Amino acid sequence: MLECMPEGEVVHTVGKINPTKTCQPIGAMYAALGIHRCLPHSHGSQGCCAYHRMHLTRHFRDPVLASTSSFTEGASVFGGAANLKTAIKNVFEIYKPDIIAVHTTCLSETIGDDLPTIIKQSEVPEGKVVIHANTPSYQGSHITGFSNMVKAMVTYLAERDEEALRRKRVNIIPGFVNPSDMREIKRITASLGVDMTMFPDTTNVLDSPLTAKYDMYPEGGATVEQIRDSGNSRLTLALGAWSSNAAGAALMEKCGVPCVPLKVPIGLKATDDLIMTMREKFDAVVPEDLTLERGQVVDTLIDTHFHYQGKKVAIFGDPDIVIPLTEFVLTMGMIPKYVITGTPGKAFEEEVGAMIEAAGIEDYIVKAEGDLFELHLWIKEESVDLLLGTTYGKYIARAEDIPLVRVGFPILDRAVHPLMPITGYRGCLRLIEMISNALLERRDRDCLDEDYELVL
Amino acid sequence: MSMSEEMMGDMLEKYPEKVLKNRKKHITIVDTSQACQQIEANTRTIPGIITQRGCAYAGCKGVVVGPIKDMVHIVHGPVGCSYYAWGTRRNKARADENTPADKVVSTLCVTTDMQESDIVFGGEKKLARMIDEVVEAFHPRAISICATCPVGLIGDDIGAVAKAAQDRHGIQVLSFNCEGYKGVSQSAGHHIANNNLMEHVIGTGPDRDPNDRYVINILGEYNIGGDGWEMERILGDIGYKVNCVLTGDTSILEIKNLHQAHLNLVQCHRSINYIAEMMETKYGTPWLKVNFIGVEATKKTLREMALCFGDEALIQKTEEIIAREEARIMPVIEHYRKICQGKTAFAFVGGSRSHHYMHLLRDLGMEVVVAGYEFAHRDDYEGRQVIPSIKIDADSKNIPELHLTPDAEKFQEAHVHLNMSKEKFDELNKQVPLSYYEGMQPDMKDGEVMIDDCNHHELERMVRTLRPDLVFAGVRDKYFVQKLGVPGKQMHSYDYSGPYAGFNGAMNFARDITNAMTTPAWKLVTAPWEKQNQQ
Repeated sequence: MLECMPEGEVVHTVGKINPTKTCQPIGAMYAALGIHRCLPHSHGSQGCCAYHRMHLTRHFRDPVLASTSSFTEGASVFGGAANLKTAIKNVFEIYKPDIIAVHTTCLSETIGDDLPTIIKQSEVPEGKVVIHANTPSYQGSHITGFSNMVKAMVTYLAERDEEALRRKRVNIIPGFVNPSDMREIKRITASLGVDMTMFPDTTNVLDSPLTAKYDMYPEGGATVEQIRDSGNSRLTLALGAWSSNAAGAALMEKCGVPCVPLKVPIGLKATDDLIMTMREKFDAVVPEDLTLERGQVVDTLIDTHFHYQGKKVAIFGDPDIVIPLTEFVLTMGMIPKYVITGTPGKAFEEEVGAMIEAAGIEDYIVKAEGDLFELHLWIKEESVDLLLGTTYGKYIARAEDIPLVRVGFPILDRAVHPLMPITGYRGCLRLIEMISNALLERRDRDCLDEDYELVL
Repeated sequence: MSMSEEMMGDMLEKYPEKVLKNRKKHITIVDTSQACQQIEANTRTIPGIITQRGCAYAGCKGVVVGPIKDMVHIVHGPVGCSYYAWGTRRNKARADENTPADKVVSTLCVTTDMQESDIVFGGEKKLARMIDEVVEAFHPRAISICATCPVGLIGDDIGAVAKAAQDRHGIQVLSFNCEGYKGVSQSAGHHIANNNLMEHVIGTGPDRDPNDRYVINILGEYNIGGDGWEMERILGDIGYKVNCVLTGDTSILEIKNLHQAHLNLVQCHRSINYIAEMMETKYGTPWLKVNFIGVEATKKTLREMALCFGDEALIQKTEEIIAREEARIMPVIEHYRKICQGKTAFAFVGGSRSHHYMHLLRDLGMEVVVAGYEFAHRDDYEGRQVIPSIKIDADSKNIPELHLTPDAEKFQEAHVHLNMSKEKFDELNKQVPLSYYEGMQPDMKDGEVMIDDCNHHELERMVRTLRPDLVFAGVRDKYFVQKLGVPGKQMHSYDYSGPYAGFNGAMNFARDITNAMTTPAWKLVTAPWEKQNQQ
């Protein structure tokens, strides 16, 4: 595999080879699916919409519906206003969503379509809503697109009504995570007795059951009304700086809802932080069940540390996943040797670097806006024991014979992951199990007969 | 159950007037008593309709160019286009005697990852630099540059960048102006790719070895799931020399030699018929529309091929191989046919595949009751005889046509390519329709539906009304169909199985679709307590 990989010094200063990020619109599409009865709309060529739907479907193995402005050469020259107006009219008549969430593409951004004006001029039936986010593919990454669409939910919808304040309710912006993780975060919040609005919320949208009674708009998703009312909540928890902070800040500015930025609760410490914040802000009582779950994680970490402690790991993926994952890997006593994200942002390097240094590890590389080709070159120079990241790591895994534990987005070659959380204390157990098993399978596979043992 | 006019009316009723008027023309309920039933195809999708269609870039890079294994394919644009076309079409490729392992570079995903400053100031310099770095790192035999939407808009001259890089590095650098907004679907991209390969690559290799016999190309075969390898196995056993498979598991070296074949086989008509036609004009190479999907279809194809060369020994060997393969596979096919018999399917896939799979499904006793394409033209439905009557609209005019003339040195009459007399060739043409494709319609029965650019609403409605036993579609439709309680099978990627072509493929396919329909979980959809509640 990949016998074409160069040896020695390689100059790689422009572009990406084997990227570990994609473009903004897909993130916006995913976020929009977290609104109840929403049809995401891609304002660009058909191919964008087709690719995004394909890619999300491959990760979630569930239907992903979205419409497109179907640009042709004419629209690209004269502007896409007519296409978008026609699309909005047709979508409401044929597919009857409550809300259309429009995102742009590099095409409509390059020609400079003025979305707010076009939307104002469009026929929107009474009681229905159209929102939009600018998601130029040539800035940031899919995470930026997700963030922009979540922010648009706030700027278009959230309202403050001093008469209707909800002092016991928290807004949770969960970040670009699987529905299973959103479900787990909701479970933890509910068990703390705190009221919550989560948006976007893809539970019961992208992890829906097979009942033979298909509905184009599944039960899940935050309703427009809930997002509107988020302006009256006591507090917003923005999980994951890259995907959620912008919306949290917008809600603070627009409606005066204070925002606490936290990590996506992957790992023991990040989960502790989430629980402590809610305990503090809402005087929540931590139930016995959560204390028990936490204790089980600590127990397992102690019991299994010799499976993984001191092993070197390369971590890659989206910043809001990779940062807490690195933290947890450090909790496990592993050595994060290479940590990269494709999303740009020096803050990533600073935060991850500080974490690793604090653990007393000096020999490491952390990089934002990196790619997997570069990671592969580093690994060829000095290898690691484990890869932790998306499906795209599988080429390096095979070429260099290193086990890969699949975490993050996308996972295209394994199933069930969108249904199983990696967040919360239960998520910790799952991560420990996956990492230990990967290393133990390797030990069993590689050892001599005389070293092959029944009990490990 | 077959579709009635009334059902169709119900399905379309929901549409606004303009959409209704448009969509009606794209749907035909087959009526064999009518001489020709016209279907509208290859025209714009109305904005807002949830179409399955992709873009010109997907057709060019994703389908035709991407599989060429010894080229580094640089996608000039923001990161997404390159990323989504990375390893997602299952075009299997491996090292071989022409291409050592270190020259197989098609698993790389290479993009200029355009940033805002590139959009504002132009991306040509970045592209040129990326080519230099890629050449230095991988030493590829050739490079392709595929344009994405913004490239055309900002006016980057990728042709000039390619030319300069070609001069600088002494390797071929091909540029494809396949911006996503061109045309109305992937189809535009196929055409752009065909033109470029024809103009700059095909025919640049050495001439045919005069001692070679039965040399063929398989055009429009992308080796998804190893289909091309299964075809090559069968053809090799019969005694053909497969010169090049375009573009499954192929190399730029082999494409250069495309003109060496005596006969071109066309598997996917839509994506590659341009090259077949242009090669006929330029080199005189005859082409035969083939179908390796299905036992009977494969047999028919092999027999027609043998007739094309008119050699008794070849005809006899063909029969031997058919007998050998049938003895091996028919018990397996029979086993599955017992389970599949009488079941119905919908098929929406590919540039010929909805048609091809009708044959394999009939081998298994199944019938395709609704069939269509995302990006086909009228000739894919109705047959090539309609080509002269197809209206050229503004969208198709934007795709340049190459006007070729016979090559002064390499052109030979078709019968010379096939090493037979003109008279014998004329006889052959009566038996085997060379340079012709009849489309899917003649293989459909009364009441079956032919539908172009089928959208979400229509598919959902038809699945609910006609309740097929199986739906063949892309990944975007598979899961909603299954939520309706009907098995869905991805036929772009075969649900990661394959090959489905040839004799081995027929067995794999029979097994896979039987499993899809009979997997025990289908009986467990309703929870026992819900069943009790219903009683």
